[in-house]
Amino acid sequence: MNPSAESSQPAITYLNHETSVMSWLLTRDHKRIGVMFLVGVIFSLLLGGIFAMVLRLELLTPGPTLISPMTYNRMFTLHGVIMVWLFMIPAIPSAFGNFVLPIMLGAKDVAFPRLNLASFYIYLAGALLTVFGMLWSGADTGWTFYTPYSTVSPSALTPILLGVFIIGFSTIITGLNFITTVHTMRAPGMHWTRIPLFVWAIYGTSVIQVVATPVLGMVLLLVSMERLLGAGIFDPSRGGDPVLFQHMFWFYSHPAVYIMVLPAMGVITEVVCAFSRKNIFGYRMIAASTFGIAFVGFFSWGHHMFVSGQSTFTSGIFGVLSMLVAIFTAIKIFNWVATMYGGSIDLRVPLLYVLGFIFLLMFGGMTGVAVATTSLDVHWHDTYFVVAHFHYIMVGAVLMAFLAALHYWWPKMFGRVYPERWSFLAAMTIIFGFIVTFLPQFLLGNLGMPRRYYQYPQEMQWLHVLSTAGASLLAFGFGLIAVYLLWSLRYGPVSAPNPWGSRGYEWFSGSPPAPHNFTRAPSFEREVHDYTVPEAPRVY
Amino acid sequence: MSTETSPWEDHFSGPENQSHAAQLGMWIFLGSEVLLFTNLFVGYGVYRYYYPEVFAEASRHLKADWALVQTLLLVTSSLMVVLAVHYIRQGRQFLTALVLLLAILMGVGFLGIKGWEYWEHWKEGALPGEYYHFEEIPEQGGSLFYTLYFLLTGLHAIHMLVALGLLGWLAFGAVAGKYTAGYHIPVEVGGLYWHLVDVFWLFIYPLLYLVE
Repeated sequence: MNPSAESSQPAITYLNHETSVMSWLLTRDHKRIGVMFLVGVIFSLLLGGIFAMVLRLELLTPGPTLISPMTYNRMFTLHGVIMVWLFMIPAIPSAFGNFVLPIMLGAKDVAFPRLNLASFYIYLAGALLTVFGMLWSGADTGWTFYTPYSTVSPSALTPILLGVFIIGFSTIITGLNFITTVHTMRAPGMHWTRIPLFVWAIYGTSVIQVVATPVLGMVLLLVSMERLLGAGIFDPSRGGDPVLFQHMFWFYSHPAVYIMVLPAMGVITEVVCAFSRKNIFGYRMIAASTFGIAFVGFFSWGHHMFVSGQSTFTSGIFGVLSMLVAIFTAIKIFNWVATMYGGSIDLRVPLLYVLGFIFLLMFGGMTGVAVATTSLDVHWHDTYFVVAHFHYIMVGAVLMAFLAALHYWWPKMFGRVYPERWSFLAAMTIIFGFIVTFLPQFLLGNLGMPRRYYQYPQEMQWLHVLSTAGASLLAFGFGLIAVYLLWSLRYGPVSAPNPWGSRGYEWFSGSPPAPHNFTRAPSFEREVHDYTVPEAPRVY
Repeated sequence: MSTETSPWEDHFSGPENQSHAAQLGMWIFLGSEVLLFTNLFVGYGVYRYYYPEVFAEASRHLKADWALVQTLLLVTSSLMVVLAVHYIRQGRQFLTALVLLLAILMGVGFLGIKGWEYWEHWKEGALPGEYYHFEEIPEQGGSLFYTLYFLLTGLHAIHMLVALGLLGWLAFGAVAGKYTAGYHIPVEVGGLYWHLVDVFWLFIYPLLYLVE
């Protein structure tokens, strides 16, 4: 036994020390705020998923199937807006980051607990404004809000733009809080070289959030100005430049991909170690490549504009810079595989999602190098190939890591264990369903099916049917997860403090943790993920 | 919670730790604020490149000498805020409140001049976007200049209003005895925010009023 691990469940935990509704709504406890974010992002995932399902059903037949073309336009816009800003960006940092990051550092809380709570309510306010906008009259621009169409679209775009602007504030505050926490709240003994890799990933993400999000906020505000004042900045008829919008928008939104993927990579690193029972291979390289991705990510936005009329030279530079991301990503992938190599692999559900993650990331990443090649991108630009590519890399990565984190930290968060067989079945369904949904879309794109289209030629139908079948599998898998996780909250077997026998520092606290995380000060005498020292046995 | 009686929060390891966290948090926020203005500066650069003559002409129409007065007011107010931090470190609460009030007065003066300038623009029709009908400068380019002018100075003015509220709150707290020689983090951090507002203006002023 490690002397610093809690030997038994604390009787008083963050869940039961106060139970009134107000004690949750006004809490400053990072764990409760993490749980509230978790509820928020899962609800968003459900909403965005329902829209996705309707879209896939609509595309079952070449002509009109279920909804009108206008409704279709609104639904794909809202699917994108909700999934990107309400689910993928906050999912891992705000929910799991909030929950485990301070515990991993041995801190009682984040540096600014009140600001942390404010961040949740700002997220909620932005989300409500966005939903209000979509109920009022929706938006039909796609989640990218491209000008000049977004400046003249008759739909009620302004509340949605402002909603996303407000959500951006929540992101900035969370990022600021995490950076400060990592710098100032580390427990004695927690040196920079001992910081868990999940924390490094969140730290890198936070830097991008703080730097990039204000730029997005301003560009959305500028589009609102166009709509309210006819400002003309992006309107060619008033002397403005619509491509300038794309530069400003992608300066944020390309790094935003890494806001989504880097925390996912952090989760994967933690889970790989725990279920391979081996020290991480290349701690420093994994931490450093996080910052490599964060840095290069800021210089690759131009690959979204290969066909906008920018010079071939510019496109070439942006293409090469975009490909550099693959090098840093490959470093991580090789390190995960090397960690698994020769490990004592325990193929449980979180690790299953890791394998799904690595497959999707490889496939999505390699097609990313392909679309960063200008000559190829001219063929694939704005087709389903790009849709499939970014679903593989962002959605696949975030979903797999989100589900891995959910299962891995479920006992930590709620003190209960989920049912193993059901979760295995669900994981297989999700991974298989995901591949069946998006693999045909690569083929569709290569055949020339443009993205966002309502109709398509008859010959493409079988691929669309296949894709919809995959989406149905995905929906079934999510339903299954929802059922057994809700079941386990009440009826699941009570978990041991460290059910996986993991050496991650967050397991030094009880499961679920005490109100201030530790009943006894933790001591960080060994390196993180050190599996060479004998420690707590695995208890499932 | 002990936060009601003691200004020190119990999740920090001590006063030094809390002060460090507060300063770092504010500096990160200031960095993020700088990037908020970036789009407008980039937009200014791009359209200045597209319409060099119109932008120079429009710039000459602004009241550069009044902007100089504004600049002096703002820089002096920043000095007052520095003095506030200096005095509170010595525990002189009344003097702290006094110099903060002086800074607020200068800030209000700045905004007064700005409001009067806006009124003049309103009268001559130099307004943003589709409301632009200023005859002396062609609409192509001219309306963009005034759009950017109003966005930059407007965003700056909103930041000033927030910062003025902050200074007022600090002055009130100083008189009420909330800040002492031993506990003055809010004054330091709030002061940093005022300096940011000042620095933004030091970029906006030459870009809009002086460069030809």
